[in-house]
This record gives sequence, C-alpha cells and structure tokens, in this order.
Amino acid sequence: MGEILTKISLFLILLATGGFIVYILRQQKAIYQWSYRFLLAGFAALTLQLLHGYIVLGAMPVLTLKSALAFFAWTILGAYLLFHAKFRLMILGSFISPLAAILMILSSTIPGGGVTVHPMFKSAWFPIHVWTAFMGNGMFTVAFAAAIMYLIQESQIKRKKFGSLFNRLPSLQTLDSINYYSLIYGFPFLTVGMITGAIYAQYALGSYWRWDPKEVWSLITWLFYAALLHERIAVGWRGRKAAIMSIVCFCVLLFTFLGASLWLSDYHSFKSLGGREG
Amino acid sequence: MLKILDIGMNHETAPVEIRECLVKEPGNVGKALAALRESPFIHEGLFLSTCNRVEAFVVTENPQEARRSIVSLMSSLGSIEDVRFIPNLFTFEDNEAVRHIFRVSCSLDSMVMGEPQILGQVKDAYSQASKAKTSGVVLNRLMHRAFHVAKRVRTETGISDSAVSISYAAVELARKIFHDLGGRKVLLVGAGEMAELAARHLVRQGCALFVANRTLNRAVDLARLFGGKPVAFDEMESLLLEMDIVITSTSAPGFVIGHDQVKSVLRKRRSRPLFFIDIAVPRDVEPKVNDLGNVYVYDIDDLKGVVEVNKAQRRQEALKAERIVEEEVIRFEKWLKTLQVVPTIVSLKEKAEKIRQAEVKRSLANLGDLTPEQMSRLEILTRSIAEKIMHDPILYLKRKAGRPTRDACVDMTRKLFNLDSEMEEEEEYGLSRDDSGPKRAS
Repeated sequence: MGEILTKISLFLILLATGGFIVYILRQQKAIYQWSYRFLLAGFAALTLQLLHGYIVLGAMPVLTLKSALAFFAWTILGAYLLFHAKFRLMILGSFISPLAAILMILSSTIPGGGVTVHPMFKSAWFPIHVWTAFMGNGMFTVAFAAAIMYLIQESQIKRKKFGSLFNRLPSLQTLDSINYYSLIYGFPFLTVGMITGAIYAQYALGSYWRWDPKEVWSLITWLFYAALLHERIAVGWRGRKAAIMSIVCFCVLLFTFLGASLWLSDYHSFKSLGGREG
Repeated sequence: MLKILDIGMNHETAPVEIRECLVKEPGNVGKALAALRESPFIHEGLFLSTCNRVEAFVVTENPQEARRSIVSLMSSLGSIEDVRFIPNLFTFEDNEAVRHIFRVSCSLDSMVMGEPQILGQVKDAYSQASKAKTSGVVLNRLMHRAFHVAKRVRTETGISDSAVSISYAAVELARKIFHDLGGRKVLLVGAGEMAELAARHLVRQGCALFVANRTLNRAVDLARLFGGKPVAFDEMESLLLEMDIVITSTSAPGFVIGHDQVKSVLRKRRSRPLFFIDIAVPRDVEPKVNDLGNVYVYDIDDLKGVVEVNKAQRRQEALKAERIVEEEVIRFEKWLKTLQVVPTIVSLKEKAEKIRQAEVKRSLANLGDLTPEQMSRLEILTRSIAEKIMHDPILYLKRKAGRPTRDACVDMTRKLFNLDSEMEEEEEYGLSRDDSGPKRAS
C-alpha cells in the first residue's frame, strides 16, 4: 500500500515537473494547467502515503533518510501551493517542482528497510517538532527558488541583455515579495521547531541541549536566517543582496539537513534514529 | 459560382494623399454599405476603413461587374477620379481574399506588426455590415473565422507581447521592475517629445507625476499639461529620495544626475529600486549610476536596443502566425466548398417533396374517405420513400464537395434530376393533375 502510493506520487510529481519545464519552453497555458493538476494529485498521493506511514509506524515517518526526504518534498510542495494561492505565479512551479522531484527521486533510490520505532518517538512533542521544523524548510525552499529567479531577472535588466526568460519571469518586485513572505512565514516555523525540539529532548533525553552537531548546525541556520530577516526588516535590505543572502542561508540549511544528519550527528542521525533498539 | 472578392488599398500600396480622400468623412462606411447593397452583382459586402487601409470584401457571382461597382463607389466616396487610384488597388479572390482578411485581423498586415487596434476596427466594420444587413452566410462565417484566427494568434504566438516603441519599451521595463505602477512617483526632468510620451504612458498607468525644469514657469506649464506637480530643480537630492522613476531629457551639456548624488540617497531610500530613463543626448545621468544596487539606468541607445530585440522577436513570432493563418485558410476553403453543393442538395430535396405532394394529392381523390390516422400513415410512408431515394445522391454530393470533380458531379446531378428547368416542371405538375400522364400509368 505504502509502496504503491510512493510510486504513484513519484510518478505524478515527475509528470508535473516535466510539464512545468515544457511550459517554460512552450508557454502554453493548457500544459501549465495539466501540470498543476498533476502536482495537486501528486501532493495528495504523497499526503496519503505519509498518513499511511504515520499509521503503520505510529510515529512521524521521518526516521529514515528515505522517508525524511519524501517529507521534505511534501513540505516544499505544501509551501508552494500556499504561495501559489497568494501570488498566482505560474512560473514558480517550474522552479520549485524540480526541487521536490529531486528529493523524491533521491528518496526512491534509497532502499527502504524495516524500522524499529523507539517508544520515545511516540511522544506528542515529536510530530510537532518535526512538522514545524520541516515546514520552515519548505518555506525557505520557496524563498530560495524566488531568490534564484530574482537574480536571473535582475541581471537581465541590469546588463540590458534579455534572454528568453525575460518575458517569462515576473517583475523584480513580485519575486522580492515572494522571497520576503516566505522568509517571514518560514522563520516562525523554524523557531517553533527548535523550541519544541528542545522541550522534546528535555522529556525524552533528560536535557534540552546536548551539543549534538545537528543541534549546533540548526542553531547556526537559525542565526543566519535571523540575520537575513533583521537586515530585511530593520535595515531595509532588498533585491539582489537579500536574494544572495537567502541562497547562502539555504545552503547552510541543506548542509544541516543532509550533512549534519548523515556524517556528523550523534542521536539525530538517521542511522541511530532507526537503528537504536533499546 | 460564388466568389469572395477583396478590393482595396493599404499603407503599402497607396500613399497617404489617396487614402485620406477616402477616409476623411465619418459617415463613409454607411454610404459604402448602402451602395454595396444597391449593386445587383453583389450578394454580400463589408467595408473596412481605417487610417491605414480602405477595403471592400464582397461575395459575388460576377467579379468583373462587382469590381466595377466597387471602383465607382470608391471614386464617388473620395470624390476623386478612378484613374488616380486604380493603380494603387489590390484585388484578391477566394483563398487569397480569405488569407488577406485573416492576416489583417491578426495584425500581420499592419504597419506596426502585432498592434492590437486593428482587430477592434475589423469588428466594428463587421458589426456595421451586419446592422446594414449586407453580410450573409459567407461573410458571417468568414468574419467569425477571422476573429477566431486573431484570437489564436494572440494566445498561441507572442506577436504582440513586447513593446516596439521607445516610450512603451520604457514603460514595459518599469513594469518588470515595479510590477504595479499605480501610485509610483515619476519625476520628469526637462522636456522633449519622447520623454513627454513616456511620462504620459506612466500617468495612464496610475503613476503620480512631478515635473522639474530649470525655469519654474516651464515646469508649471508642463505640469499643468500632464496633470502633474511642479517641483524646484535644485531640490534634486530630496526628490531622488522620494521618486521611483526618473525620466531625464534636458539639453544640459554635462550630467544632471551624478553617481555620488544617487549613492548618497540609497541608504535613506532603504534600497527601494530606482529607475532612470535617460532620453537626453548628451546623456543626463552618469552611466556609473547603473552599477549601484537596485538602481537601473537606461539611456536612449539601451531603449533602442530593447526595441530592436522586440522587433526581431515579433518577426519570429509572425512566422508562427502565418502558419496559423494557412491552417485556417484551408479549413475555410473546405467549408466554402461544401457550401457550393448546398444549393443542389436543397433543390433535390425540394423536387422530391414536390413530386411527393402532387402524387399524394392525386391518389387521395381515388382512395375515398380516410381516417386521420390513415392520412398520417400515408404521409409518413410517402415521405420516407422520397427521403430514402434522395439519401444516396445527397451523400454522394456531400462527399464530392471537396474534390476537384465537384463541378462535374453537381452538373451531372442537376441534369439527371432535371433540376434546372424548374419552371416547366411546375407547370407540368400544375396542369396535368387530372390528365392521364405517364406517371399515372404506373
């Protein structure tokens, strides 16, 4: 059941991504509309798959890298759909769905194994911690995509050389506000994610801060985003500088998500998450 | 045989001195349509008259005579002798005419290719023609297809996507930077035709206009002209703090706005984007200003470059549009051909029905009293016999509609069923009702 849902959602998301890329080249609205529908269907299938995983495991299905990547993809798509409702920007899908698709492909190449769920993952704090932290990641992915689009468009206007993307990308103002809003919305999620993580650690492990590499890197990520937000709101950074900074922040975030979990981490690593028995 | 004929002149074939004679009076189209309706050779007609073209689309069976009446119509409309403009006329027939009206509607034939006004003008011409009842089956279909082609071209190609005039290109750029121009503050420094045009476009988009000039009187005059607000020239620093778009067009020999001047206000502006449109020669804005963050400077050559790129893009898109037009011309041609077998089909049906009615009438006299049910049975029986007999010939004609042998087939059918001596037939059936004719023997 879970396996079938995974395949269906992967298939639909890949189809939607292909459609979005064709849309950027051919500019036919029908292609976009179908891609969007496929993406919605893929998102629904992925939601079902995660629910299914939750019911089977009895805990948030993020204990392996495989399932964590799928969950990351889910939050990216969720954030995209939210922003789509606000900005109705057709081209945004062409930049964001490939990111979700890459995560889904990575997730599907990792063999799924049996997971033993430690009782501590059944705590109520665990899903809150995971969900908010991941939702923040999803929002920041949208900010990242908007920043990339901004830099492309800005350099075309600045250098007065207009490629084929010029007409397809929206105005600088629109891209900048997408970047701004995704930071504004994403940051509280990340903050709540970290606080609930500390509370949860207090309950489950007896101390709220253990200097685990994942904890440290999460704090660094948080500081990066806090600095960016501060510059944007208090100093009035916008445009190119803000875009570059949000790309840098996203790289730090990716390192925290993948690097710190895979190579550095102690108890946050997927190896220990699934492998620990007692 | 019905023919579609298009006779007229456009900006390529006729100089403005001749075109203006024909379009100067506003009531001309009504007069022209009335004349088209009067002409015995013209079945349907439409008259299109814009500043770049004067054209008559007509449906006729006699192209020579129709052409003659259109030429004399144009000559009387413009009160010029026909010899003066006959060399400037073009004449398109059938497919050529269809292709031409399609190309006109989607602005492939316009002076500025891709301009959107022409479709509205064609629609007006059509609505006038249908009000004057000069449009019929063929023109109705033709014009609706033309609007469809225009819509396809607009949605499927980018022919009118990008600006091809300098002032519009500037507005388009502003929109790519600010998205919504409503409420943005525009400063016009100096005056000049192109700068004023750009300012006018921006005001129409909802921008608030401020006008600065070396002489305050001139600033006040200009501000009144565009509904803007005059401001003093020497407050430049504080103005730069406020403005979003600055259009410069002074005749000053040096730079009016310098790098350091702009740099000093950036932080106070909290990096809000600032867009300079520098139309002056020599330039008013120091080029280095473009290196500042969130500041964009476009001089006249940059804008010309944008326009050139856009023009090339339109030419590229025009190729796609031509393909769409070709597709639709073929589609229309097919429809037109089915139309040409329609009269024969109609007379076949009429003939069968006439025979049926006459025979029923004749038989009723001998059948005595029938109940209403028997009557209706008889009607149904005879009607279905007549329809079934005619079914295959009609199908055959419809199939041949698009073939080269169509005319021969139509001809043969008309002879076979004796369709062209309708009058004699009628007489025969009318008079020989009680005779013992050959039909009765059977």
